[in-house]
Amino acid sequence: MVAYIVRRLLFAAFVMWGAVTIVFIVLRMVPGDPALVMLGPDASPDEIAALRESLGLTEPIPQQYLHYLASSVRLDFGDSIRLGGDAMGHVLERMPMTIQLSVAALMFAVVFGIGFGIVAALRVNTWADRVITVTSLVTHSLPSFWVGLVLILMLARGLQLLPSGGAGSFAHLLLPAFALALPFTAMVMRLTRSGLLEVINEGYIATARSKGLSERVVIFPHAIRNALIPIVTVVGLYFGAILGGTVVIETVFAWPGVGRLIVDSIGFRDYGVVQSGILVIAAIFVMINLIVDILYGYLDPRVRLAR
Amino acid sequence: MTGGTELIETVAAPMADAVPERVRRGRGWGPRIWIPLVVVAFYVLAAIFGPMIVTFDPVATDTANRLLPPLSHRDDGSLVLFGTDQVGQDLLAQTMQGARVSMLVGVATLLLAGFIGVVVGVVSGYFGRWADAVLMRVADIQLTFPGILLAILIAAVIGQSVLNVVLILAISGWVTFARVTRGQVLATKNREYVDATRTLGASNWHIIRTCILPACTAPILVIATLDIGSVILAEAALSFLGLGTPASTPSWGVTIANGRNLLSSAWWVSTIPGICLAILVVSFGILGDALRDRFDPKMKGI
Repeated sequence: MVAYIVRRLLFAAFVMWGAVTIVFIVLRMVPGDPALVMLGPDASPDEIAALRESLGLTEPIPQQYLHYLASSVRLDFGDSIRLGGDAMGHVLERMPMTIQLSVAALMFAVVFGIGFGIVAALRVNTWADRVITVTSLVTHSLPSFWVGLVLILMLARGLQLLPSGGAGSFAHLLLPAFALALPFTAMVMRLTRSGLLEVINEGYIATARSKGLSERVVIFPHAIRNALIPIVTVVGLYFGAILGGTVVIETVFAWPGVGRLIVDSIGFRDYGVVQSGILVIAAIFVMINLIVDILYGYLDPRVRLAR
Repeated sequence: MTGGTELIETVAAPMADAVPERVRRGRGWGPRIWIPLVVVAFYVLAAIFGPMIVTFDPVATDTANRLLPPLSHRDDGSLVLFGTDQVGQDLLAQTMQGARVSMLVGVATLLLAGFIGVVVGVVSGYFGRWADAVLMRVADIQLTFPGILLAILIAAVIGQSVLNVVLILAISGWVTFARVTRGQVLATKNREYVDATRTLGASNWHIIRTCILPACTAPILVIATLDIGSVILAEAALSFLGLGTPASTPSWGVTIANGRNLLSSAWWVSTIPGICLAILVVSFGILGDALRDRFDPKMKGI
């Protein structure tokens, strides 16, 4: 188990290095002089020269890269040209809001996805199963930002039940979390359904039944436990997708998180904030996957031994 | 879930007909395939011929007829089926133009992503060794980036144009193709008929072309159908954020974003292109699912 954890840790570190490198490469794709692009056409030559210096653009590329790696380790991506002050500081300040929204969406997706998935699997090929399956097929494909707009239109503007944007109370969280969770709920539901249907046909379930255990005991601890193993991994992957989805949903609902900060900063070419935000989200994603991998090794010992 | 006996019945039922269901699905083209196909065909026709019939000029304005609701009439008596926006643009024309942009971007992205993915997958799976190690680690790294974030980062740097959107989405979309192709290549390359071809002195290129690639076609087509919906969604999301197609070639995302500020006065501007987008994506989703069940039952539930 220790060797397995060490291997996963090394892989996580490697992936994080890769993410930093990707951001470095993409940022060097800026057409023309990044300092000129960031400051706009009105900047004086002195200002441009100063920014070039502080961005390290006067050095050769390999050295720029080494400096970039060093500053990534220190979490230092320079100052925000729009807001002033440390770019990473602004991102970390907004991070709790994004985490709150993502975790709420993830919990919604897991609870309702697994719940409906179990119902659909236990009542397979009945009307309840069909309704759940078809609904999940549709909700999986709906554009979340459009769902957000329709929710605002109906529940916030129309019925005036919930606030249409901003943050501060539990009511503010409901609509964005729901819009964000919808496609993932559908995916979790489908995985639970197919996982449970597969497990139900396994020999150990027949054994449990033949021991005379009640059907409730057979399904709940026995079948569900193994049906949930693949879901653990997939939930890890979805968490990344949910974090990515916050960028759009936060913009729709004016939610003051990192996603909206990134989008706002792009308009001002505030690359310090953009890369800080993206790397922080990537880091969280890598960490979640690390935890999922370790959890998976614990749940399913076969994984530890495989390479 | 009221009692044990009912549970036994409901659980026992799928065991009895699980296999026949799979066999039944494997045969013919059921409604799960042809209904979404008809819908997609309708969209393709509307995207090709729509803008020829109802021309859309992105800079034209008609302030006398601004914000007309759907099914109302302009002052010259002509019907506006989908309504008009805040500068009097016909939404039907805009939606059909949007269908053209969104579907072109979707198809072009898949071709590019598919090409990159298949090349990487074949090199990785067929030649293996260090090429495999390097390419698959690159794929792993890329999977740690939520796709939309990578797209936003690149879009922020290289700016707005239809070509850039295709490049961006292809860069974040090739990994699925690469992994599926690689898996398929690994499963095929040591089959007896491939060994036989090799023994007869065929070159690697010949083997890849005649033995390996044909075996990859079905899963790649399934992945492409499953992916095109999410590519169109990603394009719409990027455009909605103002990072996708420029306003001169408005896709659905641009129109939806445009209607955002009009939600309380003109609900139709955002809602109608959104419904069109949703129907298309749902159709591709159903089609992709059905094709996957039809061609590759092993992938079921992924």
